[in-house]
Amino acid sequence: MAVAVASERNAPVNYLAVFGAILNRDITVTIREFPAFLAQVILQPLFMLFVFGRVLADLGFTRAGYAAQLFPGIVALTVAITAVQAVAFPLVIEFSFTKEIEDRLLAPIPTSLVALEKIVFAAIRALIAGVVMFPVGYLVLGSVPFDLGRLPLLVFFFVVGSLAGGALGLTLGTLTPPNRINIMFAIVLTPIIFTGCTQYPWPSLSRLPWFQVVTLFNPITYVSEGIRSSLIPHGPHMTTWIAALMLTVALVGFSYVGVTGFRRRAID
Amino acid sequence: MKATTPEPAAEISPVTVENLVKRYPKRPVNAVDGVSFEVRRGEVFGLLGPNGAGKTTTVGVLTTRVKPTSGRGTIAGIDVTHDPVGARRRLGVVPQRSNLDRSLSARQNLLFHAAYHGIPADERRRRAQAVIEQFGLADRADDKVDFFSGGQAQRIMIARALMHEPDVLFLDEPTTGLDPQARLFVWDRIRELRGRGVTMILTTHDMDEATQLCERVGIMDHGKILAMDTPEALTATVPGKNTLEVGIKTNQADREKLVAALGAIAGVEKIERVTKDQGGPPAGMGGPWAAMMGGPPRGAPPQGPPPQPDSSGPLRLRLYVTVEAPLIVAPVARVVTEAQAELQELAIGKPSLEDVFIHLTGRALR
Repeated sequence: MAVAVASERNAPVNYLAVFGAILNRDITVTIREFPAFLAQVILQPLFMLFVFGRVLADLGFTRAGYAAQLFPGIVALTVAITAVQAVAFPLVIEFSFTKEIEDRLLAPIPTSLVALEKIVFAAIRALIAGVVMFPVGYLVLGSVPFDLGRLPLLVFFFVVGSLAGGALGLTLGTLTPPNRINIMFAIVLTPIIFTGCTQYPWPSLSRLPWFQVVTLFNPITYVSEGIRSSLIPHGPHMTTWIAALMLTVALVGFSYVGVTGFRRRAID
Repeated sequence: MKATTPEPAAEISPVTVENLVKRYPKRPVNAVDGVSFEVRRGEVFGLLGPNGAGKTTTVGVLTTRVKPTSGRGTIAGIDVTHDPVGARRRLGVVPQRSNLDRSLSARQNLLFHAAYHGIPADERRRRAQAVIEQFGLADRADDKVDFFSGGQAQRIMIARALMHEPDVLFLDEPTTGLDPQARLFVWDRIRELRGRGVTMILTTHDMDEATQLCERVGIMDHGKILAMDTPEALTATVPGKNTLEVGIKTNQADREKLVAALGAIAGVEKIERVTKDQGGPPAGMGGPWAAMMGGPPRGAPPQGPPPQPDSSGPLRLRLYVTVEAPLIVAPVARVVTEAQAELQELAIGKPSLEDVFIHLTGRALR
């Protein structure tokens, strides 16, 4: 046995296998509480679609066609916020209260990979949530916009958008002191939800230029505009490549800051 | 004491620490201030010290969770700062407070830990089953760990740390807050692991634990190691070594004369009056544990006679002696008999690690 152990020890660490084991842990836990996860993810967008897309329309407060503009934005919001929440809040708890993350921090892989796993796992949850929005939207609104030819573009914005949301969650979760987590959610999350061009297409903000500029600082704007461009190519939306570029920049930037913050929390 | 077999020169020390310094930002003093030590293969090494002494930081560096300001630490010859990933494969950590994965069952905690360490699926199932049985966890193995007692959680954490068969096991105050049964169970497991040749570093401020388990201890305070040796050798360094406590039934009038006669015995350095409820010995000679550890023989009633006012009860004295305490027993008995008094209680006190600890680190509260 000593020989077996020695050879096992001297073999190089398979980072991918260890990364996979950590991801498998998160997925195992999510599968077990899948109904709770779905409820958590679906309810808010469902009510937003219902009130803004259905009730206001039926009461005559919104113009025809608004629901179609709203739907891509709500999908984007669901993807991004699901990803943010999948990382930020659990991370604060795991680091400061339950210390659950310690066993993974002692796994034989670089600490940065443990942080990246958080982003990838958040993205998986966000992608599931985003896909579920289509049947939900169909049920609430009666129809949802879709363009099969632009499916690859939709996939791109889904994937990059959910990863960027995870990176944003990692940033928020590691930079917020544990005792401020509630305040952080109130101060950061609420503005993010309402400045992300989810309830309005970005070009239409030209009548409110200062606000149009404000929305550019919110990464969710690029997810919304990208998904809008994928689902309603002929409707108003930001130039597709600019949205794609800016979203990628946001992903890289937040990943860097988030991973750095994670390392600082993990190693004194 | 286990015989230390001479090690071949080529063998790598499982743990070395050289001139380790850690200064946290915005702190005026170093948390760890030039610590060096080496642990031998299969040894149980204890780090003792008051809170804030630097034990946890030292262990933090060795377990790759704290970056040292300067100096170096190695695990199985691997530099923990330069190759933290390599070091993590060789070390296991049992923390003081439960950090078990509460979303998982006990068995899943073990299985995922092994998976994080790259152990193949069949092998990790086999190892998990083996430690579950060894640690008496079979009936609750598939329950979520959320509702486990402190002792059960501690057992799972030790079992978990063993899943990847580490060369060095770090135990941070492994029995703090456990009931006596759980504590003895943990001690037995540690002895068993020592028998299997696992090197262990134990941080504790339980002197009894250190005496029971450690081959060597380092006493730390203010970031430095003040003394490092076997518990026996350390206790031998405390001045005023041995004590003899006696309870004598005598009448009030003869007390002063008797004390003087006892003080005249060769080898008696100093005599102190003690009251029963006063408890521990005075400054420099240990706290409440000293009496328990070196104190009354096993068969003695735990409580002694009920407390009585000092004037009417037996005269209680503590004799500080410069020779081995048992040698003084006969002369004391003779003096007492000659004074027509009655020797009612007798206990030989030896200095404990507690005394060494207090002697080196002082009595001030932290």
